[in-house]
Amino acid sequence: MFALAQLPTMLGTRATARAIIAITLAAVFWEIGSRFGDWTGARLPFIGVVPPPSRVLLVWYNLIGDYGYWQSWYLSFLRVLGGFGAAMVLGIPFGMALALNRTFYQTAFPTFEVLRPIPPLAWVPAAILFWPTQELSIAFITFLGAFYTIVINVVGGARSIDARYIQSANAMGASRWTVFRRVVLPSTLPSIIVGASVGMGVTWEVVVAAEMISGGGSSMGSGTGGGTGGGLGFFIWNSYTGGSYEQIIVGMISIGIAGYISSSAIRALGDRIAPWLKPR
Amino acid sequence: MVEATITRAGTMNEKSASGELEVRDVSKFYGTDRYPKTVVDNCSFIVKRSKLTVMIGPSGSGKSTIVRLLASFEQPSTGVVLLDGKKVTKPDRDRLVVFQESALYPWMTTYENVVFGPKAQGRQGEPLAEAARGVIDRVGLSQFQKSYPNQLSGGMQRRAELARALINNPAIMILDEPFRGLDAMTKGLMQEYYAQLFENSQSTHLFVTTDIDEAIFLADRLLIMSNFPLRLRQVIDVDLPRPRRLADVVTSDAANQLKMTALSILHEEALKSFAVGNQMADHFIESYKQRYRPDASD
Ligand SMILES: Nc1ncnc2c1ncn2[C@@H]1O[C@H](COP(=O)(O)OP(=O)(O)OP(=O)(O)O)[C@@H](O)[C@H]1O
Ligand SMILES: [Mg+2]
Repeated sequence: MFALAQLPTMLGTRATARAIIAITLAAVFWEIGSRFGDWTGARLPFIGVVPPPSRVLLVWYNLIGDYGYWQSWYLSFLRVLGGFGAAMVLGIPFGMALALNRTFYQTAFPTFEVLRPIPPLAWVPAAILFWPTQELSIAFITFLGAFYTIVINVVGGARSIDARYIQSANAMGASRWTVFRRVVLPSTLPSIIVGASVGMGVTWEVVVAAEMISGGGSSMGSGTGGGTGGGLGFFIWNSYTGGSYEQIIVGMISIGIAGYISSSAIRALGDRIAPWLKPR
Repeated sequence: MVEATITRAGTMNEKSASGELEVRDVSKFYGTDRYPKTVVDNCSFIVKRSKLTVMIGPSGSGKSTIVRLLASFEQPSTGVVLLDGKKVTKPDRDRLVVFQESALYPWMTTYENVVFGPKAQGRQGEPLAEAARGVIDRVGLSQFQKSYPNQLSGGMQRRAELARALINNPAIMILDEPFRGLDAMTKGLMQEYYAQLFENSQSTHLFVTTDIDEAIFLADRLLIMSNFPLRLRQVIDVDLPRPRRLADVVTSDAANQLKMTALSILHEEALKSFAVGNQMADHFIESYKQRYRPDASD
């Protein structure tokens, strides 16, 4: 207990210490839970079938040097970045146009709203038919996941601008372009950042599912741990069919980490381009 | 501390703009044609050149609405607003508004907020930078040029906003309850401070408030407004000497006389909104009048 109390100062910040303590505790419970059956003969439901974290860590350690494993990371990241990037590039202007131009809104919004409830995964078969390569189909589905979220946030943000901001800009003689560039855009930025971070989360959900369904794309390397190469989603699926439960868990945690890295990157970028939003 | 920062440096090398605003038979209706809601009811008054006119009226009476009409953010339903005899219909930097709540751009630093207007006018370079530093210095925010609004206190935000308006040299400066929500200390400081800014500039100001002490302290002319819908009840000239100090005005007999006169009109208006036809309210107004009849005091 004494050592735990010292941990915060050792690690520099209390927050890091809390995170580490929480993760360690969770791992300990998990270990006990999944080993309970070996020790007592009475297997616990659910957690009893999950391999303990010590075994998962061992398998993970062996995968560190595995080309296929890192290839999965790389492919998934590439798809997420591609889909997400396209969603940002198309979604922000589209959302802005919806918010600022009544005619465009009346024309495009109903169609958008009919398409929006269709889950990206429902697009998988159609996407495979539409697009020449599997890679493009996955990218398209990933794009859809982020696109709706970003557009909705941009529209909401741009429509809720404080009228006084625009009034004073007009009174001070700003041109329409200046009002857009220096007032509308920056005041929508917080919503764009929120849309981006939520959208980023959605792209990870979608990319993994799409990889599982579509069989993981082209390259099918055979690494030490059962052969992967089609992204983290395919890595998990492949581990499942190959019967390596530890690798399933490794894949899952890898996605968690990848998602965390992505959203941290968005947050950092957000602080960078919108420094006025940083808490004092 | 505040006084020391007040110099005429910076902006004052430009000619001091000054205009006269006339409101003629102005009404504003909201709602539908069938169920119109009158918010401003046939108002006529003049905001005199180079004077500080204070508009005082109960909360919710429609003061902010008429401010929007004066700045042409909205159009009057009837009547006209004239600047130096010419009808105005579009927002322009000849009539700038300092709003009730801060409307500084949160994404710009103090300096960027201040230069926004001039830059939109095509001004730039060292002359602009110098002018901007000048006004920022005049409102005592030199140390906070690079701060974002959310890093400033409420009082500093109000001063930054004054600076942002001042640099544009508006012919008419309109301030809609700019010190509302500040604590009593800061408010007092801001009032003295603002009075000196005005005395140094001699441009035309319209200052909207619900605070009678603030009104008497600042005003050359006092427009006492009715309860909702907004009408002009009475105009009172406030002939207190300038420059004014808060301490002097608080203890001045003349100021207190004016305050009583204004208060009795205002309280009548305020009570109307609480209890129309309520006997108790009528009694209260009666006894209030007895007690505060200006010639009965002393
Ligand atoms: N666009 C509008 N549509 C309908 N009613 C409105 C509109 N704008 C203002 N009002 C009504 O006009 C009345 C006066 O509002 P206004 O904000 O002008 O008052 P105020 O005198 O500035 O009050 P305060 O001192 O509290 O700021 C309110 O009752 C409000 O509901
Ligand atoms: Mg108001």
